[in-house]
Amino acid sequence: MSSSVETIEPGSPPHVHHMDAPTAYQSAKFAMWLFLGTEILLFGGLFAAFFIYRWMYLDEFVHGCRNLVLWAGAGNTVVLLFSSFTAALAVDAAQRGDNAKVRRNVLITLVCGFFFLMVKYFEYASKVSQGIFPGDFNQVLFFGACLLVFSFTMATAFFGMYRENWKVYWTWLTVSMIVLVGYFIFNWVIFNGPGTPVADAAYAWNDPAFNQKYKMFYGLYYCMTGLHGLHVILGMALLWWVYLIAYQDGFSEKYYTPVEIGALYWHLVDLIWIYLFPLLYLVGR
Amino acid sequence: MAHVDHGFEIMETQDHSSELGHVQPFKVYAGVFGALLVLTVVTVAASFMDFGNFDFAVAMLIASVKAMLVALYFMHLKYENPFTWVYAGVPILFLIFLVAGVFLDNPTRNEFEKTGSALKKSAVEVVDH
Repeated sequence: MSSSVETIEPGSPPHVHHMDAPTAYQSAKFAMWLFLGTEILLFGGLFAAFFIYRWMYLDEFVHGCRNLVLWAGAGNTVVLLFSSFTAALAVDAAQRGDNAKVRRNVLITLVCGFFFLMVKYFEYASKVSQGIFPGDFNQVLFFGACLLVFSFTMATAFFGMYRENWKVYWTWLTVSMIVLVGYFIFNWVIFNGPGTPVADAAYAWNDPAFNQKYKMFYGLYYCMTGLHGLHVILGMALLWWVYLIAYQDGFSEKYYTPVEIGALYWHLVDLIWIYLFPLLYLVGR
Repeated sequence: MAHVDHGFEIMETQDHSSELGHVQPFKVYAGVFGALLVLTVVTVAASFMDFGNFDFAVAMLIASVKAMLVALYFMHLKYENPFTWVYAGVPILFLIFLVAGVFLDNPTRNEFEKTGSALKKSAVEVVDH
């Protein structure tokens, strides 16, 4: 049975009907794989930098690795693996047309993602309390919290656009813009402008004994886990979009592209952490 | 005729073999998740053992096995068409070129002589800041 171009599948959005369902599904998934390839290369550059500097400053990197909390990293690994498992189950449920199960599994994945970010926050905070952070951590924290809120409101607006529900779209786009402008205003009010390094001689980062080699390790640590954290936030926003569609029972055996796409992105977040964890926390212990 | 258990009863009885993606039974997902947990424990345990200069290689090997399990079964790469394999594989191939280049280049750098002893765990003292 070949499906005709004119077939309107229940539950699929109106704007995909300029091609037949399998073609739309395959090309969307293919584009996601293409994007994941660029993501791998994005992190690949950081991995290459890590390998180079690890070779050059091995003592300091081993020291830095042992200064990280192993069980926080290992626990987060298990949490992310479990969230990947539930994301895969969400796709499986969508393939069987079970929207309630999609909602349940996506929600578990979202909770795991949030838990991961919380653990990451406590890890960063413990390093900051040791004086190991280049700049004002509160400012970074404020940025992260605003980005998390902004991603979710934008995902909701995107959901409105996707469903062609323009009331939802304009409402949440407005909320997103308020969050965006509010971030810049409050960032200025609270922190008096862009990043200011801590100018305290007692702060370990300013200590001459905490030399360039240590800064290289922690700089790479913050870059790699920070970029990964951004991906966790964006992955959560994508999955929130998926949750909203499932909330309206929008998936069936014949249409589940958003679940597949969202889960693929979430699996990439997991894949990167699978390499980050041994590199940062284990090798050299 | 002997009954052959091919493990795809759920798919066949409910006829989900659509023209879209491949449907796997729950036990595949559960099995892969179990294997990932076991490999996580193994890689943490391996980090406490001393493989000398192979510590790094062992950790990366276990990570790669985990990544392959996630990609093949959770991301359904196993059932993707050859084009997806090419587009997923080419960036990884180039990343391997990059990392291989780094590892070939590293020994020519100035701190060559220190790595032999520094890899030994006893060589570094852990001091809290």
